[in-house]
Amino acid sequence: MAKMLYENRMPGGTHWSLEMKQGTTLKLIDQEGGANVGMLFYNPQNPLERYNAPDTLKCQHTFKLTQGHCLYSDMGRIFCSIVDDTVGWHDTVGGNLSKAKLREKWQERTYQEARNDWTLSGTDSFLVELAKYGLGKKDLAANLNLFSKLVVAEDGALQFVEGNSQAGDAISLRFEMDTLVVFHTCPHPMNPAPAYPKKPVIYQLWQADPVTADDECMNACAENQRGFQNNERYLAGCHTGACCS
Amino acid sequence: MIRESMLHADDSCFRQVVPAGDYFIHTVLKGQTVRILDLAGNQAADTLFYSASNPTERYSAIDTIREQGNVYLTTGTMLLSSEGNPMLEIVADTCGRHDTLGGACATESNTVRYGLHTQCMHACRDSWMLAVAEHADMGLSKRDITHNINFFMNVPVTPEGGLTFADGISDAGKYVELEAKMDVIVLISNCPQLNNPCNAYNPTPIEVLVWNP
Ligand SMILES: [Zn+2]
Repeated sequence: MAKMLYENRMPGGTHWSLEMKQGTTLKLIDQEGGANVGMLFYNPQNPLERYNAPDTLKCQHTFKLTQGHCLYSDMGRIFCSIVDDTVGWHDTVGGNLSKAKLREKWQERTYQEARNDWTLSGTDSFLVELAKYGLGKKDLAANLNLFSKLVVAEDGALQFVEGNSQAGDAISLRFEMDTLVVFHTCPHPMNPAPAYPKKPVIYQLWQADPVTADDECMNACAENQRGFQNNERYLAGCHTGACCS
Repeated sequence: MIRESMLHADDSCFRQVVPAGDYFIHTVLKGQTVRILDLAGNQAADTLFYSASNPTERYSAIDTIREQGNVYLTTGTMLLSSEGNPMLEIVADTCGRHDTLGGACATESNTVRYGLHTQCMHACRDSWMLAVAEHADMGLSKRDITHNINFFMNVPVTPEGGLTFADGISDAGKYVELEAKMDVIVLISNCPQLNNPCNAYNPTPIEVLVWNP
């Protein structure tokens, strides 16, 4: 049986980062409904290896992310697999809330005026977390927006779908290699809410069940099987060398 | 949207043919117009743009599609930087649609998409890596290699959330033309992809032309 290692709650509009070990699971729970989690992944051994949204989408011929999908690095490897999802659709093309966008869309509340009830941008949140690892603007890539849904019409028009995630909805990411996870709970830049939405998220760390031959994510498509093979080859070199000691 | 250009090749101040598998790197100044010409048809031009004065500011696919509210690029699309600034505007397009969701081929992602046997085949990211290595004065590195535009590629999204790689809608002689809103470094990999049916497994040359305002 899987074992929960740790649980914490992130208020809306805040940020954090953590290193997930291969074989652990990060479960995120939308506490009130309507949450958004901006997220980026890096290889802690070589942060030039990072989450690649285009590769993730085209390898799996999908525009949305949900259970059964894998999240790819730009090096043909899988950071993590979505092993459980009650939401059904997560976005990875809507990008991140910039400071300019925040000011344009919503009343900005500074720290001086509002203390911890200030309104923080997703970009500033990422930059603060990235700086802890010596990373910066150049390392920003297209991010995940967990719990948020964007649909595309026939003519290519993009639309944000409200009410995509309900209170208690959750997504579980099983890590297939050691991964630096940088995340924030700032709103999606296309959220039409009249006021800056502050939606809390609970995150839990679990020991993952071992990947078995009939694993849903690994077998979702031939591409994912090859992605898992790439991880295997990487970990074989890694675990015999000094890099992951 | 299809719009033809008023510019004539004879009036251009710069032109260069880029064979498949080669890269192109060149600074285009604010006000200049750059045309990417598909010489033989259905060729993908995987393109990145950087602010010439500060390459940390660069083309952002996600900001561009979100702010124009559409995932496809064509005449009228303003290409935005990672700082939300206008970089270039598409001012003419005889193809009608270009992709910016699909990213570029890399040896590593080729192993996932097409099989482990493709590991040693030439890929777009290799061309970019060589370009940044051979042009150290531009101040670029792998850290700067981010999400690109695939001119002449057609990657439709379905309303159900599928992503499809459709046959190209380009043809010999089709082009896209962009007017620079700032001084930009243009970095193109003319895709060497031999595994993708979109180009009939036949990568072909493109040409890049530049006009003064
Ligand atoms: Zn390519």
